[in-house]
Amino acid sequence: MQVEIPFAPEQASTVSGEVDALYAFLWALTIFFGVLISLTIIYFAIKYRRRSESEVPRPVAGSMKLEIAWTVIPFLIAMGIFVWAASIYYKLYRVPNNATEIFVVGKQWMWKFQHIDGQREINELHVPIGRKVKLTMTTEDVIHSMFIPAFRVKMDVVPGRYSHVWFEATKPGRYHIFCAEYCGTSHSGMIGTVVVMEPADYQAWLAGGTAEGSLASQGEKVFQDRACHTCHFTGRAPNLVGLFGKSEVLADGSSIRVDEAYVRESILDPSRKVVSGYPSPSQMPSYRGISEEELIQLIAYLRSLTQQPASASGSAMPPQPAGGAGTGSSGTTTRNGNSSTR
Amino acid sequence: MGTEALEIAPPRTHYINVAYGVKSWLLTVDHKRIALLYLASVTLFFFLGGAFAVGIRLELLTPQGDFVQAESYNRLFTMHGIVMVFFFLIPAIPATLGNFLVPLMIGAKDLAFPKLNLLSWYVYTIGALLTVVAIIMGGVDTGWTFYTPFSTNYSNGNVLLVGIGVFITGFSSILTGLNFIVTIHTMRAPGMTWFRLPLFIWSHYATSMIFILGTPVIAITVLLLALERIAHVGIFDPQLGGDPVLFQHLFWFYSHPAVYIMVLPAMGVISELVANMSRKNIFGYKFVAFASIAIAVFGFLVWGHHLFVSTQSIYAGMIFSILSYAVAIPSAVKTFNWTATLYRGSISYNTPMLYAFGFIGFFIIGGMTGLFLAALGVDVHVHDTYFVVAHFHYIMVGGTIMGYLGGLHYWWPKITGRMYPEGWARFAALVVFVGFNLTFFPQFLLGYMGMPRRYYAYPDEFQVLNVMSTAGASILGVGYLIPMIYLIWSMRYGPHAPANPWGAFGLEWMTSSPPPTENFPETPVVTWEAYEFRPYEETEVVGGSGVEEADIPEPGPRTRH
Repeated sequence: MQVEIPFAPEQASTVSGEVDALYAFLWALTIFFGVLISLTIIYFAIKYRRRSESEVPRPVAGSMKLEIAWTVIPFLIAMGIFVWAASIYYKLYRVPNNATEIFVVGKQWMWKFQHIDGQREINELHVPIGRKVKLTMTTEDVIHSMFIPAFRVKMDVVPGRYSHVWFEATKPGRYHIFCAEYCGTSHSGMIGTVVVMEPADYQAWLAGGTAEGSLASQGEKVFQDRACHTCHFTGRAPNLVGLFGKSEVLADGSSIRVDEAYVRESILDPSRKVVSGYPSPSQMPSYRGISEEELIQLIAYLRSLTQQPASASGSAMPPQPAGGAGTGSSGTTTRNGNSSTR
Repeated sequence: MGTEALEIAPPRTHYINVAYGVKSWLLTVDHKRIALLYLASVTLFFFLGGAFAVGIRLELLTPQGDFVQAESYNRLFTMHGIVMVFFFLIPAIPATLGNFLVPLMIGAKDLAFPKLNLLSWYVYTIGALLTVVAIIMGGVDTGWTFYTPFSTNYSNGNVLLVGIGVFITGFSSILTGLNFIVTIHTMRAPGMTWFRLPLFIWSHYATSMIFILGTPVIAITVLLLALERIAHVGIFDPQLGGDPVLFQHLFWFYSHPAVYIMVLPAMGVISELVANMSRKNIFGYKFVAFASIAIAVFGFLVWGHHLFVSTQSIYAGMIFSILSYAVAIPSAVKTFNWTATLYRGSISYNTPMLYAFGFIGFFIIGGMTGLFLAALGVDVHVHDTYFVVAHFHYIMVGGTIMGYLGGLHYWWPKITGRMYPEGWARFAALVVFVGFNLTFFPQFLLGYMGMPRRYYAYPDEFQVLNVMSTAGASILGVGYLIPMIYLIWSMRYGPHAPANPWGAFGLEWMTSSPPPTENFPETPVVTWEAYEFRPYEETEVVGGSGVEEADIPEPGPRTRH
């Protein structure tokens, strides 16, 4: 159900109207009960006003029937609201598999965006209408929160982990991006604009392009510069081709899915979870100090190493957004309790 | 009762004039005098917190940041929150009205541990002074929530000093809670059974449970925060292997129940006001009493609803959402029972009752908007916006402060032995009601339109509603200053109060105004039910067969005063 209401931001995503519908229902409920109780109180206050100072009315016994009624009815209404609201929540945070991914790095006090095709933006985010967009977000410093009122979405951006949120814009225009989690002096300056475009305009904007190449090729460059290939493509360390999205068996016998969180952890703290068959502690040095953006580029590169052979051979390893539905878990966050860089 | 009690002569010596001099106050172990020490302290902090609010509202008058610097603004809202929550709202009702009334209402001479009671005021004062020192040194800019890693690694404010202040003050809550629980268990007058207790006592009992169980958690959390900030032990900082969201879990594990610390005592006050100002037994007494306990218990299970957008698992979010709805039910039950109590009452429009009406109205809006926030899909949008700010001010200011002011007026004759000027008081109540709504209602709309909280500057489209809010705040400020003036005036010039000016029911009205140091000349023996304005033989049964026999007490032997 989609409803338009006053005192609300523009409805510019597929869920905006649904959130507004529940919000409107809740106000209707509030007004109903508010008026009902207020009128009852006013009626009693007038009808039973004190007529003389010495007046003492007769006591009235409680009523079990009434008590049960006004316990059970509100409870049922509350459960109805819960189900309605939870279904919207599930939709908001359950990232679809076919969403286009955009990477976001928050820092005091700006938003940095990296597109798969290599475009980079600060405090401005271009997206087309009619396409599902997934934001994969982290931060260089404190907790921030990505809030786009017109899309009715918000998700905290937490240091040391990747969080995800998705939306599908429906109406071209320019909309606010706010940081919703207090983050220091210029918190209220950590704002930006989502530019929602018609697909054709968006293609034109993309074609305006970048000299740096796609995100994956930027990652490849980082990979070369840091000389990662001297081990990872020579057998001294796990071969990275086709690795992303697969499960690896660790030295202690447990297995782990190679996703953004694990890649990130392995770059920053290589000895924490060493793949079985390789020396532990790992011989790889820690790359603590690498920037969040470079980490994202490396992740994009690793992912591209999986996608190309998969599409070429048509094997059973389809590309899939990490942290998505594939794990069967919440999909809103991939966690790396270990480390971050500033 | 009622009319007979009026004939108790004003006493020659009472707890106020029994001794003079600063020392007689600072070393007193009389719960009533300690209540007044607390009253003075929390009033001071109320106006200090209010002064910070003035700064906030002035800054938000225009979209640009122009009245103060961003850094100063961040300190203003942080100090406003810390002062109001920890040094006003939490102690306001329990430590003043509660301290004064718990022994009086159960027919005891004092609290169980009078010296501990005095100690709690000193502990509070030390914590408060440290915080004041921190404010003078420049304050703190973390928000009252102290979220990590901002508070541990990035803030350049006096986080530690304020943290220590909050830590120490917490112990005063624990001492007060301990004292109330022991007192209520062991010192009730003969015949004062649990179900004869005034509902004010039930709500303070529930509050004390939270004081004792919840406050240690905030103390530990602050300690961990200090440990990380000083010694760089990795607890919350991901750089050191910690988890920043863990802090939010720990913080809200205390701070959500703390919301009930603030509102439960006010609910107790409202139960007294509604019953006594309509001279009726509370409808569904046991339901109202157990609702307090239910709120205290469920209150510990809902902290995660502050973390719906903080990367918490969506399934955890769903559990916390359901539990949050569970805690809403007892609050609704209370509201319905207060309303039903008015039925066939003798309803007075005195100032305390006006505050009670105001409380119920604000509490409906504050409570219902709580349902918006517990609704997962809506919370994602309104989380950390002005919608939340409006919601909790409807509960904290519209609820707690209305209850506090209503209670203060209602028991003022008992506390001071003087009447306040009724006309002025009604006028002030009206000003507060209008000012409050104008201040905070627009903030619901602002929040849904997308204005985030803790914003120093904002886009132009939010200005009109912000101007309304600031205008309302100035009216509200006047509404709070008027009682301050006439209450102080009345302490000296108000007409002498009789023992029971309201024709109210309860042990505190069966002793003189103000009471003697030992509260009652002889230990009272309770032979009546709570709020038994007329004997229960005369009880009218509404709804017939639905009433359980047990709910209508057996008419006992009536040896009435």
